[in-house]
Amino acid sequence: MRDVAVIGVGKTAFGVFPDRDLRSLAVEAGEKALKNAHVAPGQIESFYLGNFAGPSFVGQNHLAPYVSTALGIQGVPATRIEAACASSGSAFYHAWSEVASGVNDIVMVVGVEKMTSQPTAKVSEILAEAGDCSGEMRAGNTFASLFAMIARRHMHDFGTKKEHLASVAVKNHANGALNPDAHMRKVITLEQAMKGKPIADPLNIYDCSLISDGAAAVILAPLERAREFSDKPVRILGIAQASDWVALDQKDDITTFPAVRRAGEKAYKMAGVTASDIQFAELHDCFTIAEIIAMEDLGFVPRGKGGPYVFDGHTTRAGERPVNASGGLKAKGHPVGATGVAQIFDLVQQIRCEAGDRQVPKHSVGLAENLGGSGGTCVVTILGAA
Amino acid sequence: MRSGAVYTETVIYSAPEAFVNDVPYQTAIVTLEGGGKVTGRIVGDRVQIDDRVVEVEERDGVPFFRKA
Repeated sequence: MRDVAVIGVGKTAFGVFPDRDLRSLAVEAGEKALKNAHVAPGQIESFYLGNFAGPSFVGQNHLAPYVSTALGIQGVPATRIEAACASSGSAFYHAWSEVASGVNDIVMVVGVEKMTSQPTAKVSEILAEAGDCSGEMRAGNTFASLFAMIARRHMHDFGTKKEHLASVAVKNHANGALNPDAHMRKVITLEQAMKGKPIADPLNIYDCSLISDGAAAVILAPLERAREFSDKPVRILGIAQASDWVALDQKDDITTFPAVRRAGEKAYKMAGVTASDIQFAELHDCFTIAEIIAMEDLGFVPRGKGGPYVFDGHTTRAGERPVNASGGLKAKGHPVGATGVAQIFDLVQQIRCEAGDRQVPKHSVGLAENLGGSGGTCVVTILGAA
Repeated sequence: MRSGAVYTETVIYSAPEAFVNDVPYQTAIVTLEGGGKVTGRIVGDRVQIDDRVVEVEERDGVPFFRKA
């Protein structure tokens, strides 16, 4: 298996863009990545698109060649990957495997979602399709309510408190305020975060990530060829994808995500590192409780200790292990199918020391965790300076 | 009818399109006597984790439980 490097990244701003369609967002991110990697469209040998629900959100299917041809990429394999909120993390994993195995050298991944052309209740209904529609979702659940039930049980089993959840939102909003491309650049207080509009008890509006439009792109190459294209290549040290039940009620214990644990263990093993070697991370904070559980499942903290760890400030930009310095899904925004690649974009910016006001002090080894649904898919990627 | 204990629960204020007229409503995962878990709706009094519940009806494949 060959070592693989990221040779270029690109991203649109995340937000509400009524005059932009899915393809124009994807093309903007893709063109930025091509420019960043000093690669021409004709050099791309295979193209992956991560997208969750283009057919439902914007009524367009057959999305991979729909986007790749608009980027000037002709004739090569163009493949869409759907894995709920882990769609582009999974697309990235498959692109990596194609380069690592030697099938192709220069492979591009774009993640995109155009969500805001639908009203919120319709968005909730489309997102609910990432759950088990023959069971849990039929009862009237939303993704927020599934994570509310996870939070409720985590509070019951470990004593996690509402202010622990709120401190995740406060931290991520503080980071997002420094990110010029974030959907929401607004600092909030703990009091505000505790008293938001109720969504699904115990979660309020500040516990939930945003409904956003946006796209992100990345280009991969074999490490041995990386410097032909980029003077700042970033190495993929470890990567793994894992799966688990889609329905929450099939799991023995909903306070942990086996797919996160499995993907994390495999990625650590490939990279030859342990949790304590991870200097900073972008974790999938679709809801505040998800960031807390991800830290536990990845071994950053013992089980049940994630809430106090955030509350005590250990994961701020100046803390011992910054988490979601980008603002996370909470403030940067969560265009579902773009999120996995956007996390890679954020790690690459940090490792290249290009993160501006959000730059974390130790930035040579970072981890991204991209979760699909309520844990049915997880992709964990560890990146480091090449 | 089935019975069991509440494993976890939530009260929903922001619903998908098909359920907007029901808010607020409570859903729960119930650990069934005899094993297994099922997701359902709660009618009547609000329930908490570990409360005993009994199924009162099934609508469109969804079990509705009431506090025992």
